[in-house]
Order: sequence, then structure tokens, then C-alpha cells
Amino acid sequence: MRAEPRLNLPAGLTLKPSGADRIFHSAGVRFGLIYASLFGISALALAAFLWWSTAGLLDRQTDAAINADSQGLGERYAMSGLPGLVATIEQRIDANVDADSIYLLVNPDFRRIAGNLTDWPRRVTMEEDWFELPVERGRARTLVRLHHFDLPGGFHLLVGRDIQVRAQLRQVIADAMLWAAVIATLLGIFGAWAVRNLFRSTLADVSATASAISAGDLSRRVRVTGTGDEFDLLAETINDMLERITRLMDGVRQVSNAIAHDLRTPIARARIRLEDAAAHAEGEADLRAAIERAQSDLDGIVAIFQALLRIAEIEAGARRSAFTRVDVAPLLRDLGELYDAVAEDAGQRLTLEIPAGLEVFGDRDMIQQAVANLLDNALKFSPPDGTIGLRARHSLHGVEIEVTDQGPGIPTDDRARVVERFYRGESARSTPGSGLGLALVQAVAQLHGGGLELADNAPGVRAILRLPAREASIGMERPKALT
Amino acid sequence: MRILVVEDDKDVANFIVKGLKEAGHVVEHADNGRDGLFMAASETFDAIVLDRMLPGGVDGLRLLETLRSQNNTTPVMFLSALAQVDDRVRGLKAGGDDYMTKPFAFAELLARVEALTRRGKSEGPTTKLVVGDLEVELLSRGVRRAGQKIDLQPREFRLLEFLMRHAGQVVTRTMLLEGVWDYHFDPQTNVIDVHVSRLRQKVDKPFASPLIHTVRNAGYMLRVEAP
Repeated sequence: MRAEPRLNLPAGLTLKPSGADRIFHSAGVRFGLIYASLFGISALALAAFLWWSTAGLLDRQTDAAINADSQGLGERYAMSGLPGLVATIEQRIDANVDADSIYLLVNPDFRRIAGNLTDWPRRVTMEEDWFELPVERGRARTLVRLHHFDLPGGFHLLVGRDIQVRAQLRQVIADAMLWAAVIATLLGIFGAWAVRNLFRSTLADVSATASAISAGDLSRRVRVTGTGDEFDLLAETINDMLERITRLMDGVRQVSNAIAHDLRTPIARARIRLEDAAAHAEGEADLRAAIERAQSDLDGIVAIFQALLRIAEIEAGARRSAFTRVDVAPLLRDLGELYDAVAEDAGQRLTLEIPAGLEVFGDRDMIQQAVANLLDNALKFSPPDGTIGLRARHSLHGVEIEVTDQGPGIPTDDRARVVERFYRGESARSTPGSGLGLALVQAVAQLHGGGLELADNAPGVRAILRLPAREASIGMERPKALT
Repeated sequence: MRILVVEDDKDVANFIVKGLKEAGHVVEHADNGRDGLFMAASETFDAIVLDRMLPGGVDGLRLLETLRSQNNTTPVMFLSALAQVDDRVRGLKAGGDDYMTKPFAFAELLARVEALTRRGKSEGPTTKLVVGDLEVELLSRGVRRAGQKIDLQPREFRLLEFLMRHAGQVVTRTMLLEGVWDYHFDPQTNVIDVHVSRLRQKVDKPFASPLIHTVRNAGYMLRVEAP
């Protein structure tokens, strides 16, 4: 593996980010930051609610008590005048066990009439109603909250509560929240870091696989953890894609090998004929004969090329869009009739067993060609007095077309290989042919979502071409959907 | 017959022009699409042999589409290295009458071009075909030679009909496969030869002179032997 991957991976997939600028282009860092800010916002919201429901609640309770107190005193003053008010204030001061209530009633000259404050606090002005300020009470200096009223007749009344204890409590809560904020920040940073690493380690395998493949190691696959989560599905999809690419590349390699080896021979033969004729031909007739033979050699090469291209075209699957419903019964009968004459000519017998109404979903020309190839083979390998069978029947999913012969058959070991391009079994070596016939049948079967089976006919071969009646997704290539 | 060849490859063009002239046709040649379109539109031809990929900004398909949009019905034979089924379909959809792929055998090209020009002429509703002493009634499907009735299978009848319609012309095995069986592939075995030989057994064997002749390296021809 090279130090630098050849693939142009998205920035987030690079394993070694270079420079601070790239860090912010990293998807891992971005996800980390998103996590941190979400965490921060949640923590902030929680803190705000806690503050509102503790410290805020105490404040609101104090204000409510002061309000209720002042309202009561106001009513008392309205009902029974100044003496009543003074009596009530003194009564309330006596009844207040915690000694946290504060009252002060002054005359228009701000001289004390009643209450537990010695004199009017200087900071309490007429412009505002609510005050929070430290005052001297007895020996101690304490924090109080005051509400100031103007009474009819120029009197002024202060109602308040000692909030020293509450202020201390608020301080404790505020301190706790500060620490909580520090902890939350640390947790947020750690979480962001963890998320970024998780993200990176999850993608690292995909990235490493892609780099390895781009460097030429096509056998690498993305690790599937087996949890069946989205990343697993992604990994499986990528692996399926890699399988398909490998298969296609194998196909290409196989074809180029085949061209290198199997086309060399006929090309060499044609070349030798021409060279030999140019050097040694005696007279024009000789020369012409050599040229004609070379010409037919070249025609053979062209035929092989066309067969190869046809197989490639079928495998590419572009014609699937032109698939329709095809009744193969008349098609098979026509082919039977076409080949019956040939069989009879060779002293062989062709028997047909074709029921009516055999609908499949496919391409008429391709099916014709596939069955013709099977019949070609059957005729070629059957002995002179042999019987060739062309049968068709309904199967579970569609139609089975069976072509049987009484030839030498295919050894079990060879059965998988005879469908490969250019592969020719032992018994086929001595007969004319390109070794592409069954490869084409196989390609047609796969394109239709069916299959080709080669069984023993004892003696001979029983080739079964299965074609589905309905539009089938090609089994091999069905992608797993991300759901 | 006047035939226009639009082909940019010099060797191929020379070969086709020479061959067509030897077969007794008058041949014009254009080596790019623009000239080809100009000639095809301004002069009258019996057939056009047209390459798909042409220099000069107008390719074979464009040329043909332009020609057909001017109601010009000159038979056109595509001759192209584009060999896929889709290419063939596209060529025929654009208004081509036939499609051949390179590399090709000249005999096949000649036979098909001559068949095209014939197709252009005899579009009248024929009910009876006669060649020498052989008569074919198309409606009643009756075949007689020298007054003697010949029994033919349906497919044999269609084979004979195809040969009769192209009497005096070379008919290749591929043309028979396409015209009589509607097959667009080449079987490895010599199926066509077998069927023609069966037809010969019935049509030629009992009589003095044969009508169905084998043309070496090309195909078959149905004609009266010159005395």
C-alpha cells in the first residue's frame, strides 16, 4: 500500500488532516462541534430552568409576601387610620418569630412613627418602588428587600424582608452552577472528541479499503460488524458493489486472455497462409486458393469477434429495456422445423414436445439464438443415428426449455467450465466451433434472470434453459436496499 | 442502376465503388456527410450505401433523417462498424432499409443493395410469380412447374417465394435467414443449405434444367439457365 492514497477521498475521510484549516473541513470535527454545541445548549437550558425554579422561586415568594403584607397594611390604614396602622405594624412585628419582617412608617418629614428600623435608609428614594440594599439592624448589617408606599396624608411606609439567608443560598446555587458549567464544558469537549473519533474510526475502514483497492488490492472488503446497523448496511452495499466490479473485471480479464490465446491461433494461421503463398505459390491458381483460404480464416475470426461482442452486449444488459412478453411455443416449433431438416440430413432424429402457450418475459431474438446454440451443439455431438430432443414445459416460475442429445456428454468436472468463453471440453476439441456457444446461452439465461443447467442424459447432455415468466430482477446483482 | 456511396474510408470506398461498377452499376462517391447529403438531395439514385460515422459535421443518421424529412424515399443501406443491436435498431428507425456491419463480404453487400433497388420497384400487389416454366400462385399457394403440380411445406413455399421475388439476383444465406425465418443471427450449422437442398429435390430434381443455382462464396440465385 502506498503512503498516499490515489483516490480523491472526501476531506472527512482523510486519515491525516494537514493544517488547522483542514481540521474545520473535516466532517469528524464538524460532527464533534455540532455535538458540543448541542450539549452546551442543553446544559445552558437546564441551568436556566434550575435557576428560575430555585433562586428565582425564592425571590418571587419574597416579593409575593411583601406585596400581601403591604396590601393588608394599606387596607388597615384605609379602614382605621394612622393609629390602627401603627397598632397593626407593632402587632405584626411581635408576631414575627423569625424576625425577618421589616416595617417602617414615617411622617411627611421622614421621622419614624412605628416600625423596627431606626431611620429611613438614605438610598430609598421616591422615584422607585423596589429596593434591595444592606441596612443596620440591631447589631448586624444585613441585606433586605424593601417596598415603599406613599400613604394619603404624606405618610410613607416601607415593608420588607430580611433576605440575607436567601442571598447566601443564591450564592451557593450560583457557585454550584459555575462548577457545573465547567464540568459541562469539559464533558462537551470530551464528547466532541469521542464523537469525532467514533466517526473517523467508522469511516477509517471504508477509507482504508478504498485506498487498498485503488492501490490494486481488489480482494479487500469493508468489515461488517454484524450489528445490522446503518453502517453495516453501507458496508454490505459497498461490498456488493466491489463484488460486482471484481466479477466484471474478471470477465474483462477472461476475455482479453481468451483473445490473446484463442484468436492468436487463427490469426497466425491466416498470416502463415498469406506469407507462404507470397513466397512459394506456383502460378495464379495456387495464389488464389491460398488467398481464399486466408479469407475464410479471417471470416472465422470476425465471427468469433461478433460472438464475443454479442455476449458482452448481452451481459451489459442494455437490451433489458426492450423485454416484452414472448410466447416461446411457436418460436421453438419454428426452430424445431429449421433444425429437423438438418438432423434428418445427418441421419439423426429430432423429437419435439412443445405444449401451447409458453409465455416468458424476455427478448425474442436472444431466446432464439440461445436455443439455436443448444440445438447446434446437440446436432454436432450426437452420433449419426442419435435422437435429439427439444422439449419445453411450464415450471414453477416460468418455462423450462430442454435440449437433449446422445453424444459423449460432458464430464462432471467440466460442467461448470464449459459455459466459460472459449472453453472447449475434451470431446469438443476435434469438432469445429469457437467455444462461445454455451457462454452465450449462459449470458442470455442470466440476463433474463433464469439459468442454464447442464445435466447427464446418460448418454449425452441434457441442457435445461430456465426462463422466468415475469420480469425478474437479476438474482446475482440484486442490491440490498438501505431501509 | 445509379448508386451513391457515402463512405470516408478511402480503401473501403474504392473497393465498393470498383465492385459495384464491375457489377454494371453507375456509382457516385462522397467522402463526407455534407457532400453526401448534397448529392443525395439534388440527384436521383436507385440506392444509397451510407456509412454511419462520417466527417464533415453530418453523420449517417443525420443525413438520412434530413433526406427522409424531404420525402426522399431512395432505399438506403447502412454500412457501419457499429454492430450492436441498438445501433441497428437506431439505423432502421431513422429510415434505413437495411443495415450491414463491417467487416463485410462484398457479395453480401452487392446482393443486398440489388435486393433493395428491386424492393423499391415492384411494390405492386403481385398475385403470381413466374420464372421460366415455374409458376407460383401467391393467394392459393399453388406451385406448378411445366404444368406439373408441386407440393411444398409452408416454409418451403416461403423460401421459394423469396427466391422467386429476387429472381436473377444473388440471395445470401443471411438474407434467407432474415427474410424467410426472421432470424437475426448466424447458426453454426449449415441450416439454410439443407433447406435449399430440400427445395431443390422438389423443384429441380424431377425436371431437366435446374432453376436454383449455387453462387460460390455468396449464396443462391433462382434464374433460367441460358441455353
